[in-house]
Amino acid sequence: MSNIVQRNKSEKRFQFYGLLAVGLAIFLLLVLLLKIFSTGFSAFNQTYLGVKIQIEKGENLSELDARSTLRENLRNMFPEAKSRSDKKNLYSLFSPGAYIEFEEMLEAYDGDVIDGYYYFLASDDLDMYFKGTVTRQGNSAGRIKPSQMKFVDEFVKMNLIELQFNRYLLGSADSRNPEMAGILGAIYGSLFAILIAFVTSFPLGVLTAIYLEKLTKQNAFSDLIETNINNLAAVPSIVFGLLGLAIFLNFFELPRSASLVGGLTLGLMTLPTIVIASRSAIKSVPPSIEEASIGLGSSKVQTIFNFTLPLAMPGILTGTIIGIARAIGETAPLLMIGMVAFIVDIPQGPLDASTALPVQIFLWQDSPERAFVERTSAAIIVLLIFLFLLNITAVYLRKKLEKKW
Amino acid sequence: MTIEFLILTILGLTAYSFFLSKRKASALNVINPLDVHSQPHYHGLFSAILTIAPAIILLFLWSWLENSIFKSNLESYFSDVVDPYKVNFYVSGVKSFVAGASDTLMNHSNFSAAVEYYETSTKMSLALKSIVIVIITLIAFRYSLNLVTAKFKARDLVEDIVIRTMKYASIFAIFITLGIVLSLLFETLRFFESVAVTEFLFGTHWSPQMSIREGQVGSSGSFGAVPVFTGTLLISIIAMLVAGPIGLFSAIYLSQYASNRVRSYAKPIIEVLAGIPTVVYGFFAVITVGPFFRDLGIFFNIDGFSSESALIAGSVLGIMIIPFIASLTDDSLSAVPRSLKEGSLAMGATLSETTTRVIIPASFHGIVGSFLLAFSRAIGETMIVVMAAGFAANLTANPFNAVTTVTVQIVGLLTGDQEFDSPKTMSAFALAFVLFFLTLILNIISLSIVKKFREQYE
Repeated sequence: MSNIVQRNKSEKRFQFYGLLAVGLAIFLLLVLLLKIFSTGFSAFNQTYLGVKIQIEKGENLSELDARSTLRENLRNMFPEAKSRSDKKNLYSLFSPGAYIEFEEMLEAYDGDVIDGYYYFLASDDLDMYFKGTVTRQGNSAGRIKPSQMKFVDEFVKMNLIELQFNRYLLGSADSRNPEMAGILGAIYGSLFAILIAFVTSFPLGVLTAIYLEKLTKQNAFSDLIETNINNLAAVPSIVFGLLGLAIFLNFFELPRSASLVGGLTLGLMTLPTIVIASRSAIKSVPPSIEEASIGLGSSKVQTIFNFTLPLAMPGILTGTIIGIARAIGETAPLLMIGMVAFIVDIPQGPLDASTALPVQIFLWQDSPERAFVERTSAAIIVLLIFLFLLNITAVYLRKKLEKKW
Repeated sequence: MTIEFLILTILGLTAYSFFLSKRKASALNVINPLDVHSQPHYHGLFSAILTIAPAIILLFLWSWLENSIFKSNLESYFSDVVDPYKVNFYVSGVKSFVAGASDTLMNHSNFSAAVEYYETSTKMSLALKSIVIVIITLIAFRYSLNLVTAKFKARDLVEDIVIRTMKYASIFAIFITLGIVLSLLFETLRFFESVAVTEFLFGTHWSPQMSIREGQVGSSGSFGAVPVFTGTLLISIIAMLVAGPIGLFSAIYLSQYASNRVRSYAKPIIEVLAGIPTVVYGFFAVITVGPFFRDLGIFFNIDGFSSESALIAGSVLGIMIIPFIASLTDDSLSAVPRSLKEGSLAMGATLSETTTRVIIPASFHGIVGSFLLAFSRAIGETMIVVMAAGFAANLTANPFNAVTTVTVQIVGLLTGDQEFDSPKTMSAFALAFVLFFLTLILNIISLSIVKKFREQYE
């Protein structure tokens, strides 16, 4: 028999271990979120360089070649850049997107004289330097060479370098240039896929749940379906991807990389979750209500559709939202059906080739450019906020509509 | 007439038949209202079903037939091409040209003829299809309106259809499982035609990339999957070593020690970990955990510490499965009857003694079940290991070395350029087959353990 002091000590120790475990789990979550948010936050702004644009009267603005005009104005700003390589270094501080921006500006400009400073998209290397992601060593920083740095210093001295809101990130699809890459295409792909997943899995799941709960007796057949669904819920998601590959792509010959196929695959994956959630929601509807309905002469089907289902709906919707939220973050099955490609167009429909938001994250984190790291984090932030909103909706629905019988 | 217009027409007719039948049913001229068997909206519903069903069936049948006929006819245009893949290439070229998705006329003498054939015949088919379907829908529409009489048992029929639909919906879940098993089995059997089962299960050298070499027909790479299996096991065990203690102690603390207030905050926070997409964990492993462990490795001077080491992937995987263990174990601990706990406390045992000697033994089955479920989750997890672990298959138990897993290999083999029918591609299905059965067995065991445990106290 150990004495009471020792026993109390080990009691305290045990409790401390428990607290430590809870604290550790929460700490790890915080580290993860903090790391993602602190890396990704800067990607919502982007470096822009000011250029003094002077275009005299008499020229038709929309007919000007944006590329050469912008370069000409740049050379006017830096008359000391004489040699070919110097000019090239100067131009390379700008993104290819700068010319597109200038072209759009010329088209939208009314008036025939331009004289003033306008800001254009800088290259990703300069972006990384200006945001402080890569540090300066002597006259170079990351991929910025000393021959470029002298121009950067000029821009800084003239106060013509600034951060503006990154309109590419949420407004365009993927691009090889990090500064022009965005997630809008991936968001569209995700939305199409999720819509299709919902449309296929929700009716099927709810009907299955009703049948298992209300319309069949416990027998070998219903047991088979039940164990089957429970096991399906635990099948690794990548196996569903292989199923999608074999059935939808190889057998039905649906187009590769289409969000239709992704949606169908995710729908199959979500189905067990919806069935299980719907069953427990249907089970929690008090039998007295159903019996009252039957007693007043309703048929079984009428009772289900007039009383059971409306009363179970909050629970069913909560389960469905949680299932859909999981499907949104799912990557592996989409890799299997080819939704992992470099796609620069925003998909117009579910049959177009597209990626999805998590796949875009996977693709970007694999890119060698430094600037993709913060953009990956920014894409994750968008994904997490979206999932957070979905889960809040689920919690709200449960709180708001839940009835205590 | 486009296909969208056809569908809209059918839907419009369906809605119209619903309202027409409903109105007719409510205006039925009977002396006693109880003589009408069904309520008006059941008549409406039945008419709607009767109107739309033949159209849907016809639409599907027609599209299916049309596809196969067009395909074989198009292929006959390119019958001089030997390579079947090339024929497919031309056929899809014709289709995308007609659809307007591409504007390249491919380099084949019959290409423009094929395009012309496909263009006219699809137009013809669509026109014919539209006419036939609309006529049949109109007939069904007219017929369904005739059925609306006082004696007609529309409700019974509608309910019968509804119940049947539900039954088929629930059978669909079985078809998913069957689909998984069959599609995996089919490719796996074909894989074992070229690679021996024993080599796959017991071979210790895995390098599928070498499988196809120029001029060496039938030569195959090495498909000994043992290093892949041991790699999976190593990473999963590391994950369990991280998640097991943290999850178990969290569950103990939350179910035994924490006040209701603390519990109501801490439990959802831990469950947030389960809601984070795995691709985010993978990124976390790459940018934070990897560099952290690498610095540690340099600090402690560990030889051969790989940046794709099992330790990094395993520990991040562990963070991911903490909430599974915590919440499932919590459920098991909470299910132990209060009387057992209070009896022990009344005998003078401290809470920790009660927990370790009474509550944990009493809920042991449930805890084992939750660990097994978490383990199967870890085995099947893909994105974290794809991003944090490597593709090279090393047969090692050293957590500082790079290993690979089943899921990493499947992703590696099936993304990017792939040749169908090569053993390399099919080996992915064989691996997936093993993965599927392993997780299935783990799930069945753990579910039955948990079920038995629940029955014990019910």
